[in-house]
Amino acid sequence: MQRRLRPLLLWVIGMALPLAADAEWRLSDICPAGFHSRDGGCYLQSFYSGYASLQESGVGGLKTGMPPLREGFTAQQIDLGRLLFFDPLLSVDGDMACSSCHQPARGFTDGLAGSVGRHGEAMHRSAPTLWNVGFLRELFWDARAKSLEEQMKGPLFSQEEMANTPAQLLKSLQDNANYEELFKQAFNDEPLSLGQVYTALAAFQSSLVSLGSRYDLYANGFHEVLTQPEIEGMNVFRSFVARCAECHTPPAFTNQQIAVIGTPEPEGAALDPGVQAITGDASQRGGFRVPTLRNIELTAPYMHSGRFKTLRETVAFYTGGRGHAVPKGEHLSLHWHIWEPDLTDHELDLLVAFLKTLTDQSFMPVLPAKVPSGLTPVATQILTH
Amino acid sequence: MTKIIPLGLLWLSLLVAAPSLMAAEISVKDGESIQGAVNKAETGDVILVYPGTYKESVYVDKDGITIRGVVQDGEWPVMEGEGKRNDAILYSGNDFTVEWLTITHYKGNAIMGQAGNNFVIRYNRVIDTGVYGIFPQFGKNGLIEYNVLSGIEDAAIYVGMCDNVDVRHNEVFDNVAGIEIENTRHALVENNYAHDNTAGLLVFITPGLPIKTTFDVILRNNFVVNNNTANFGAPGSIVSKVPAGIGIVVMAADDVVVEGNIVSGNKTAGIVVTDLAFITDISSDPESEPNPDRMVFLDNLMFDNGADPVADVKALMLTQFSRSGPDILANLGSAQEPDNCIINRERYTSFGVKKWSECERKDTADITTMRIPGGAPNEVVTTENRTKLLYQGICAGCHAYNMRMIGPPTLTVQALYRNDPQGIADYIAAPHKVRTDYPAMPPQGHLSPDLRREVAEFMLNVTK
Repeated sequence: MQRRLRPLLLWVIGMALPLAADAEWRLSDICPAGFHSRDGGCYLQSFYSGYASLQESGVGGLKTGMPPLREGFTAQQIDLGRLLFFDPLLSVDGDMACSSCHQPARGFTDGLAGSVGRHGEAMHRSAPTLWNVGFLRELFWDARAKSLEEQMKGPLFSQEEMANTPAQLLKSLQDNANYEELFKQAFNDEPLSLGQVYTALAAFQSSLVSLGSRYDLYANGFHEVLTQPEIEGMNVFRSFVARCAECHTPPAFTNQQIAVIGTPEPEGAALDPGVQAITGDASQRGGFRVPTLRNIELTAPYMHSGRFKTLRETVAFYTGGRGHAVPKGEHLSLHWHIWEPDLTDHELDLLVAFLKTLTDQSFMPVLPAKVPSGLTPVATQILTH
Repeated sequence: MTKIIPLGLLWLSLLVAAPSLMAAEISVKDGESIQGAVNKAETGDVILVYPGTYKESVYVDKDGITIRGVVQDGEWPVMEGEGKRNDAILYSGNDFTVEWLTITHYKGNAIMGQAGNNFVIRYNRVIDTGVYGIFPQFGKNGLIEYNVLSGIEDAAIYVGMCDNVDVRHNEVFDNVAGIEIENTRHALVENNYAHDNTAGLLVFITPGLPIKTTFDVILRNNFVVNNNTANFGAPGSIVSKVPAGIGIVVMAADDVVVEGNIVSGNKTAGIVVTDLAFITDISSDPESEPNPDRMVFLDNLMFDNGADPVADVKALMLTQFSRSGPDILANLGSAQEPDNCIINRERYTSFGVKKWSECERKDTADITTMRIPGGAPNEVVTTENRTKLLYQGICAGCHAYNMRMIGPPTLTVQALYRNDPQGIADYIAAPHKVRTDYPAMPPQGHLSPDLRREVAEFMLNVTK
């Protein structure tokens, strides 16, 4: 972990300094790492650009195309989104930013079981990673948002989170001369609008792409980059005994479906009804969106409630027996792939070894040393623990 | 016509011959490792597995590999899972063939594909493996033929989320499900012998999967006989919910042709057509269309079905004053609607087909295969082109040939490092900031020195 983060730290500092020295606010006209400029927009170039997938579903095996990405935003929109993302001006009290719960140093999560709300209260779900979030069709653990734009209105305007109002958010940006200028740069001098805020944040989040892990090298023909235990772990992962790959399907490592798997809540907490609370459908009780496993090494604790502190505990859940953690008196329509695979301790260790090959932060964005509001940007330090 | 055929053959022979120009044969003898041979193999190679017992799981992540058992005097190569190994053969490569193996006692599947187009799985014997016998998933264009499978607690042959697959000349018996076509389009299931399973042939949509449809399936000229084995599926599995004694089940699939089958001795019903309500206690999926649409039932030979139906079917049949199950059961709901059709319906005992229309089509003789002529196109990864992939997958994300991106143009790098690939290889392991107008590049230290050198040489030779 330390070995991997140290170069990253040096690199981020190296990138952040020139910006700090630059007094004038000017958005980048260069697409971020991994993106090519075409017809004025930024488009991803990756290992997977040349591959197809059945029905463009983005699910398959090693050499399968990714799901469609939200792309084509301009370099300026992405860059503006980057500044907004770290700027606590977006919260009503001026002390929370998107990056409060989606911290770059923690795989764009917060390292907590439940995120911390506006008044320090513990929220009941774990902040998901934003790596590869632009490939997702539905967002939130309960899949209630169908776009990034829809999703972000949740935390921005929730009383428990950033607690802003649309009118107040718009006004605070309009009142800031730096932002007034930057929005003009990103949106052709059109009057500043909330729609532009959502577009810019969606643009930045969609640029957080992680497809250059050691696993990706293996998948594209470089078999020597994985160790023997890692390959064995991959084979357990995709075996029809462990069945991990049936839902965490490559190359996105999620099939983007809802699954009822019956993980435990924190001690003493009531069962989280998940998707049922949105749809009212009892068969979806305890159902959650299958999360990606990319950069999973960085995003502990795990599951919707953050109940599992380590990857080892997490993989062990799946061999604990179908429904073993479902509270007495609850009936859940458990997913058919939750069964009793009877994995050995050694196989669980191998699974963890494989999961760590999915780590790749090479397209970490430049973390701003200052933001246009003049407030202190949130969570722009890289931690080394 | 006489001109067309030789031309076609010529093309075919070219297609077949092209990879074999460099193809090698790698022999594996008893006591040696099949995986060891796969690791050595390159695209187009054939691995010959001689009689013996092979206690291993084999994975194939390369394109164009054939694993071929050598059967001598009735002695087969046997892959033995001893009840503790997961899957016998796992493949993700395209153009994969596996044939002439006996596979037994694995915990998971005998032969399992995850993606991998143009697969061929034939002449294999699969006995008492855990979950599925043959299970290609996410594959396009495949052939499964002349396999014999028994003793499997889910589907013996399970085609899941695939397109363009032929399943023919297989024998499946003593399994829970014989042959299952699930969330798959364009499948021909022909000339198979499905007997003594819980259910013989199944054409399903399973909800909650990322690929949502099943349509354009032909079940033709199969023997579907005496499928009355008590269900021994794992608790919670989809097939564990299928009642025993059914020849053919079509659930939620569309455009299914049933023609020329001999369906007899199945004690609950010969053929059941149903919507998704058939499977209970499963999390619902609003994106899965639950209704079976446009069945086409042509001439089939059916008799002696429904002798001892399960309670639900018995209750249905009592409404038409019969105690035995039918040849054809269209379940309550959309399965009974007139978008479905049937010919010579008077020959069969039936339930729920009164409103079905008369089919215009009388046979499907014009359709000989569901596979794609010439195969599905693939991006083949070989030891020759993988460096190009690496360059495109990683380097080209930030370096265009002659245009500024977040990294300097490739031309500029070429000018700086002319004749010095090692210089690039060293730099990218731990990049430091060189130019004030560009950010430092992300480190590539996870690439081995050889790989960095390889891709550096490639970069110096890029010409556009």
